[in-house]
Amino acid sequence: MTITLWILQLLFIPVLSPVFIGLTRKIKAEFQNRKGASIFQPYRDLYKLFHKDEVISEDASWIFRMAPFVTFGVTLAIGACIPIVSSALSASPVGDFLVVIYLFALGTFWLALAGLDTGSAFGGFGSSREMMLAAFTEGGLILSLLTLVLLSGTTDLSSVATTMRSLPFSSIAPVAIALLAFAIALLSETARYPFDNPATHLELTMVHEAMILEYSGKRLALMEWSAANKYLLFLTLGATLFFPWGLAHTLSLGAIVVGLIILVAKVSLLCLCIATLESSISKLRIFRLPDLLFTSCLLGIIAIGLII
Amino acid sequence: MATFLLSQSGFFSMCILFMVGAFGSLAWMHDDVVANWWGNSFAALGSLVAFLCATTVLMSGSTPTYTIPTSFPLLQLSFHLDFLSAFFMAVVSLIAFLCSLYAIGYVRHLFGHYNIGLLGFFYNFFVLGTLAVVTAHTITLFLIVWEIMALTSYFLVSFEHRNKENIRAGFLYFIMTHTGTAFILLSFLLLYQATGAQDFTNMHLGSAAISPTLASIIFLTSLIGFGIKAGIVPLHIWLPSAHPAAPSQVSALMSGVMIKTGIYMLMRMYFDILPPGPVWWGVMILALGATSSLLGVLYALTEHDFKRLLAYHSIENIGIILLGMGSALIFTSYHQPELAMLGLMAALFHTLNHAIFKALLFLSAGATVSQMHTRNIEKYGGLIRYMPVTAACFLIGSMAISGLPPFNGFFSEWLTFQGMFAGVSLASPMKFLFVLSIVSLAFTSGLAAACFVKAFGAAFLARPRSDAVVYAREDSLLMKASMATLALLTVVVGFGAGAISNVLATIAGTTARFEGVRAMGTFSLPAASVRDGFAVLSMPLLLSIVVLGLVAAWALTEVASRKQKSVIDLTWDCGTALTRRMEITATGFSHSIIIVMRGVLRPTRQTEVEYHDAALRYFPKSSKVHFGVPDIYTNFYVRMSGGLSWLSREVRLMQNGNINAYILYILLALVALLVLISL
Repeated sequence: MTITLWILQLLFIPVLSPVFIGLTRKIKAEFQNRKGASIFQPYRDLYKLFHKDEVISEDASWIFRMAPFVTFGVTLAIGACIPIVSSALSASPVGDFLVVIYLFALGTFWLALAGLDTGSAFGGFGSSREMMLAAFTEGGLILSLLTLVLLSGTTDLSSVATTMRSLPFSSIAPVAIALLAFAIALLSETARYPFDNPATHLELTMVHEAMILEYSGKRLALMEWSAANKYLLFLTLGATLFFPWGLAHTLSLGAIVVGLIILVAKVSLLCLCIATLESSISKLRIFRLPDLLFTSCLLGIIAIGLII
Repeated sequence: MATFLLSQSGFFSMCILFMVGAFGSLAWMHDDVVANWWGNSFAALGSLVAFLCATTVLMSGSTPTYTIPTSFPLLQLSFHLDFLSAFFMAVVSLIAFLCSLYAIGYVRHLFGHYNIGLLGFFYNFFVLGTLAVVTAHTITLFLIVWEIMALTSYFLVSFEHRNKENIRAGFLYFIMTHTGTAFILLSFLLLYQATGAQDFTNMHLGSAAISPTLASIIFLTSLIGFGIKAGIVPLHIWLPSAHPAAPSQVSALMSGVMIKTGIYMLMRMYFDILPPGPVWWGVMILALGATSSLLGVLYALTEHDFKRLLAYHSIENIGIILLGMGSALIFTSYHQPELAMLGLMAALFHTLNHAIFKALLFLSAGATVSQMHTRNIEKYGGLIRYMPVTAACFLIGSMAISGLPPFNGFFSEWLTFQGMFAGVSLASPMKFLFVLSIVSLAFTSGLAAACFVKAFGAAFLARPRSDAVVYAREDSLLMKASMATLALLTVVVGFGAGAISNVLATIAGTTARFEGVRAMGTFSLPAASVRDGFAVLSMPLLLSIVVLGLVAAWALTEVASRKQKSVIDLTWDCGTALTRRMEITATGFSHSIIIVMRGVLRPTRQTEVEYHDAALRYFPKSSKVHFGVPDIYTNFYVRMSGGLSWLSREVRLMQNGNINAYILYILLALVALLVLISL
C-alpha cells in the first residue's frame, strides 16, 4: 500500500506538470481573445521533442549534455520531499524546507552552467540574469517559508502542512504577508511575469529561454519538462502550505483521493491567478526586478517580525 | 602503534620529519628535482604522522602533553593535544598531506626560475609551524611558533619575487600579521597578569580572577589580533593580495588552514580561557560574521583574478564560521548552553568543510594557472576539454562551497541556519539580529552560487578566449590524485555528516564552557536531528534521492528517445561567424549584480572613446571601458598610514644629530623616572 502511494507521490509531479502549463497558456489565450491550444498540447510537444534528432553545439562539453538530466532529476527528487499525497506519507528526514530550496538551487546552478557552455551570447546573458535573480530570490524564499516553520515549530514541510490547518486566527496577518513574499519568489523562480516572459524566444529580455536556446530533441524535452515540474512544484508548495485544507493526513484511500482532487483544484486556481496576473501587467525592466525581490525579502522580515 | 603515536617520541618524530624535509631540501638546492621530491615527501610524511596522531587522540580520548625541558622559569615550552587541538591538527595535517603530494607535481613549473630548495625549506617549516600553533600550550611557545608560521608564510607569499606585486603583497601581509601579533601579545600579557599562569589550562583555572572589564578588553584585543589572521572584514585587507601571490599549494594551505588558526584561537579564548562574557561579545561576532560573509562574496563577484576570487571567498566562509560562533556566544550569555553548542558545532563543521573545498578549489585553480601562466580568467575559456579532471574537481568544489546538496558545504550551512533559527525564538531583542543574520546567510549562499557559476563558466566552459588555452594539459598524476581525493572527501564528508557531527559534539563538549553539556540534538549517520526534532536531515538519504532522480531522468530518456541521433554542429550564430569576443566574460557575467549592489560596492567606470573624426564625433574608432571595484576599506588604511607617517615626521624633529640634545633627553628621562619612582 505504502509503495503504491510512494509511486503515486513520485509520479504526480512529472505526470501532471505539463497540463498546468497548458492550462495557464489556455487561460492566457482566453484573455487575448484567442482560442489557444488544448491544455494537453505540452504533452504532444514533449512527445514530439523526444522523437526528434538533436543538434549539439560543437563547443559544448559534457556539462551541456548532463545538465538536462540534473535539472530534471532534481525536480523528481524534490517531488519526493514535499507533501503531496498525504502528510502522513512524506514525513521523511529530507522534508526540511532548506533541503527543498537548496535542491532548487542545485538545478538552477546546472541550468546556468549549461547556458554558458555553448559560448553563445544569448546563453551567457541568460545565465548571468538567472543567477542574479536566483541569488536575490533566495532571501525572500527562505524567509517566507521560515515564517510558516516558526509558526508550526518544525522545519519538516509535511508537519508544517499539518499544523497550518489548525492555526489560530491571529496568525492570519503574518501568513498573508509571507504568502505575498512567497508569491514574488515563485514568479521569479518559475520565470513568470514580471520577471521573465515564458512565451517568447529571441527577445532581448528573456532569461530562462535564453539559457536553453541551444537545446533540441530529447534534451530540450527534458529542459521543458523540468521547467514545468518546477512550476508545478512551486504551485503545490504554495497550495499545500498556505492553503492547507484538503491535504490527506492519513493513509486512507478516500482521504487521499479527495485530497488529490482538491490539490488539483487549488493548483488550477493558482494557475488562473498567475495567468490573470500575466495578462494584466507588463514585464519589468531587468534592473527593477531586484527591487521587487528585496521587497519580497522585506515582507518576509515583516512576517517574521510579527510572530516573534 | 597507537601508544607510539600518543607518546612524546611520536609527536617529536613528526617534528623531526618536517625538519629533515626542510634542511634536506635546503642542502639539495642545487638540484631542483631532488629538492622538490625531498622537501615535499617529507612534508607529506610528517603530515601523515600528524594526522594519525590527531585521529588517535580523538579516538582514544586521552589528551597527552609533551614538554620540552628548559632551565628558564619564564620559558615553559609544552604542547598539549586536547580534543579541540587534535581536531584542528587533524584538519591541518589532512590538507597539508594532500597539498604536499600535489606540490611534487605542481612545483615543476617553477624549476629553473626560483630556488626550489628554499621553497621546500620554508614550506616544511610553515606546515610545522601551523601544526605547532594549534597544539602549543604555553604562551611563550605559542608566540614562537606563531611567528614561525607568520614569517615562513611571508617568505612563501613573496617567493615568486620577480613579480613586483608579490613583493608588495608580502609586505602588506608582513605588516598586518605583526600588528596582529602585537595585539595577541597584549592579550596574553593581560591574561598572564590577571591569572599568573603561562599555559592555557591554568589560565582557565585562574580565570575567576579576571574582572569583567578586563575580560572585555582581552576579548577585543584578541579579536583584533586573531581576527587579522582569520581575515575578518575590516581586518582582511592583506588576504586578497597575499593568498594569490603564493605558490598554489601554499595558497591552499593559507586559505584552507592557516586562517583557521585565527578561528582556533578565538574559540580557545572565548569558549575555553575567558569567563562567560556579556551579550555584546556575541552580538559583535555575529555582526562581523554577517558583514564578512556578505562583503566577501560581493567582492569575490567583482574579481576576475582566479586566485583573488577564491581568496575573497575565504573571507566569506570565515564569516559563516563566525555566524556559528556568534550564535554560540549569544546563547551562552542567555544561559542556553545546549543551543550554544549547536552554534559551535556548526562553526567547527564549517571549518572542516571549508578547509576541504577551499583546498580543492585552490589546487585546481593552481593547476590551471600553472598551465595558463596568468591568473586572469578572462583569458581562459574552454579549459574543460584540455584539463577534464581539473575541471571536474573544480566543479565539485564549486558546488560544495555554494552549499548545494548533497555535498558537505550544505550540511554545515544547514547547521548554521539551525543555530540562528533557534536564536529567532529568543525572548530578547537579539532575535531581530538573528533574523538579519539569516537574511545575510541566505543572500551569501545565493551570491556564492552565482560567483561560482561565473568562475567555472568563464574558466572552463565555452570557447577558448586566448590562444594559450589549447596548449593547456593535465601533466601530473599526483596533482590529479590529490585533487580527486579532496573531491571525494567533499562527498564522503557530506554523506557521513551525521556521524561527524557526533564527533564534533564530543569535541565541543570538552571546552570549558560546555563541560557536561549535551548539544540540543541527536546525531548519527542515518540522520541529524536538532532541537528535539525541530529539524531533521538525513544526508545519506538526500544523496540517494538525488542520485535516483538522475538515474530516473536518464532511464526515462533512454526509453522515450532510443532511436534518435545526436548531430554535432555549430552554435547558432545569427548568421555571422562567432568569435571569442562574442562570449560573455567573467566581468560581464557579474556586472548586473555589481550594478544592483552599487550602493555597497561603489564601482568606478571610465570610458575612453577615440573617434575617426574628432570634430564630428559620430563614428568611434575604438572605445575602452575601465571598470573597477576598489575595496572600500583600503581608504581607511591609507588614511591611517598617512597619519602614522605624519607622526613619524614630527617625531623626527627630536633626532637632530646634536649630542648635547641627546644628553638632555637622557637627563630628562632620568628625572622623569626618579619622579615616577618617588610617587
